[in-house]
Amino acid sequence: MSSDILFYLFAVLTTGSALAVVLNKNTVASALSLLISLVGVAALFVLLDAFLLAALMVFVYAGAVVALFLFIVMLLDTYGGDRKPFKKATIVASAFALALLVLGLMTFTRRGSLETSVSAATTEVVPVGASLRAYGEQLFTTYLLPVQIVGFLLLIAMLGVIVLSKKFEGLEDVK
Amino acid sequence: MAVIQVERKPLSLAERTYIPQIIGGLKTTLKHFFQPTVTLQYPEQRPEISKNYRGVPTLVKDPNGREKCVSCQLCEFVCPPKAIRITPGEIPADSPHAHVEKAPQAFDIDMLRCIYCGLCQEVCPEEAIWLQNQFSMTGTSRAEMVNNKARLYELGGTLPDQHFKWDKKKAAEEHGNAH
Amino acid sequence: MDFSFYFDLPLWIRLTLQGLAVILVLFPIAAACSMAERKISAWIQGRPGPNRTIPPLLAWVPGIWILQKLGVFQLAADGGKFVFKEDPVPGGVNKFYFIAAPILAMIPALSTVTVVPFGAYLDSAGKLVPIVLANVDIGLLAVFAVSSLGVYAVILAGWASNSKYPFLGGVRASAQLISYELSMTLSVLPVFLWINAPGGQGTLSLFDVVQFQSQPGFWGGAWFVFTMPLSAFIFLVALFAETNRQPFDMPESESDLVGGFHTEYGAFKWSLFFVAEYCHMIVGSAVFILLFFGGWNPLPWVTLTDSVNALAGVLPFAAHPLFMGALGIAIFLGKILFSIFFFMWVRWTLPRFRYDQVMNIGWKKLLPLSIANLIAYTLGIALLHK
Repeated sequence: MSSDILFYLFAVLTTGSALAVVLNKNTVASALSLLISLVGVAALFVLLDAFLLAALMVFVYAGAVVALFLFIVMLLDTYGGDRKPFKKATIVASAFALALLVLGLMTFTRRGSLETSVSAATTEVVPVGASLRAYGEQLFTTYLLPVQIVGFLLLIAMLGVIVLSKKFEGLEDVK
Repeated sequence: MAVIQVERKPLSLAERTYIPQIIGGLKTTLKHFFQPTVTLQYPEQRPEISKNYRGVPTLVKDPNGREKCVSCQLCEFVCPPKAIRITPGEIPADSPHAHVEKAPQAFDIDMLRCIYCGLCQEVCPEEAIWLQNQFSMTGTSRAEMVNNKARLYELGGTLPDQHFKWDKKKAAEEHGNAH
Repeated sequence: MDFSFYFDLPLWIRLTLQGLAVILVLFPIAAACSMAERKISAWIQGRPGPNRTIPPLLAWVPGIWILQKLGVFQLAADGGKFVFKEDPVPGGVNKFYFIAAPILAMIPALSTVTVVPFGAYLDSAGKLVPIVLANVDIGLLAVFAVSSLGVYAVILAGWASNSKYPFLGGVRASAQLISYELSMTLSVLPVFLWINAPGGQGTLSLFDVVQFQSQPGFWGGAWFVFTMPLSAFIFLVALFAETNRQPFDMPESESDLVGGFHTEYGAFKWSLFFVAEYCHMIVGSAVFILLFFGGWNPLPWVTLTDSVNALAGVLPFAAHPLFMGALGIAIFLGKILFSIFFFMWVRWTLPRFRYDQVMNIGWKKLLPLSIANLIAYTLGIALLHK
């Protein structure tokens, strides 16, 4: 009962601040709304007993990524400018995203596989995101390929940044 | 002189990690941590003031207790910020110092104006005004910061000089060779 | 003594009481640290430091001059001043964020302490129980996660002040904190690789780290500072940077940025930043001690349980769980206070790094060093468990 109330509280907080990210005119306020939204997501993870994911969410996204966003926003001095909230492309994109979301929800409710799988498992279910061990095992067995691909992507991005930001003196063709 | 180019030595690995230097610094500060403090607890303990110190200007008396100032007003004239005000006065005939030309009736030094330049002491023909070891002047009103004659003599006290200029002059006058 | 009435209380009341108790201890210690800072700086520089303030009503108490000389009343007077003086909000600031920033500074500073164990006692079954507000399995990660939110207070304070120096301080702080978080996290990984040997439970709990350092035998009882000195060193340097202490106090370097992010702050809001900084220091040193200095164990190779058992032979009341808990907390607090003294000692010894030096140390020296350290220990641990 109380966890239901908490769920609704944090769900409203998450979605509300996510809306604020998009609608806010001030970029710094947007970034801070994103921060609140991420903390809300972490709280939802806690309600799901996925403490590890919650901590990682706060540590990586709320702690570092949004701080970098803020850093860039301040460095580029773009805050305070009036941003037009809705352009034509924005409306098309959001309509597309909404359609995708509805589609996903519909397939999800039609199949209802989550409900059956949890009730079917009579033995103890260890949430993947709860303990370090379960999480690590899943990461290095079931999801090994996605992890490798994501790691590779990040490596490429990092190399790209290094190439872009490094000045190559005496190498005309690289420029 | 020939310019000598000194090659800057490259830092060694230990120096580049900063660690030996940091440890050396920590040792020094720890040594000072356990040493006794050197601070003077000011209002209770007073610093020793040098004899040459030039603090607040004061008026002095000679060893016989005669006020030295003859209110010539040279100091008033020379004072750059015009901090000194002198009202000259006659010495009554029945005074033991009646042979002296004059004495100040009032002598005020405004310490809010005084810049401690020492020109008054420099110019005084009687060595009557002295910048002495008084270094702290405080008051809660403007009037309090003006030193009047009584206060100036209280601060100044007596200087042990043995000139006795006016007594010698009087003796000479009595013996008939005034100049 | 019977404490059953306490355990009959509803859970939420108990948790609230425990939380309040910890905050009521942490907050005054953080405040007292500010006086300790002034006293230590004074003693290092050959001065007596604040030693004159005393309420006239108390002056007749014999022996009270010791408190006066230690500046205790000065601390109380300063604290009272912060509460009662005018709290200015300069014109042109972004009011909401300007007021939110000091509050945001306090939240992570006080909430990280929930997952930090600060003692242990043996229950009736002879099992060691940690004294902690929330004994979660991911303790270390939770500390890192919540304390990483502290950077927003600095950024927001700098940005909302609408003034150049605070802004520069805020930007510097964000870059610095993110840079050193990496090395800090990487430096503790060998510790947890060592603990989470194959077949083990798999944990990030700080209590388990201390348990691991209180095992019998030469290798079992060795603190991690002996087995992993490089990790401890990297963690310590990163801790200095993360808590914005000298020689890394870029965000508020007063010689080039006036006061950094809190230039425009005054009175109570400023004191919140101040206390938050010391809370960060306390929690940071607590984690450092738990990880590398054996937590509440009095000496390397001497565990709390052993020493209490030895004491129980002499003093009958030493076997009581309450005594053991108090002893553990006292030892742990003593270590924390020494660590804070070390922070201050370093502050009054070293000059500040230049900003480019800070970035160079963080990215070009400390990060490769911590990665190399991690790889070396990973290989070593893998070989050991072969």
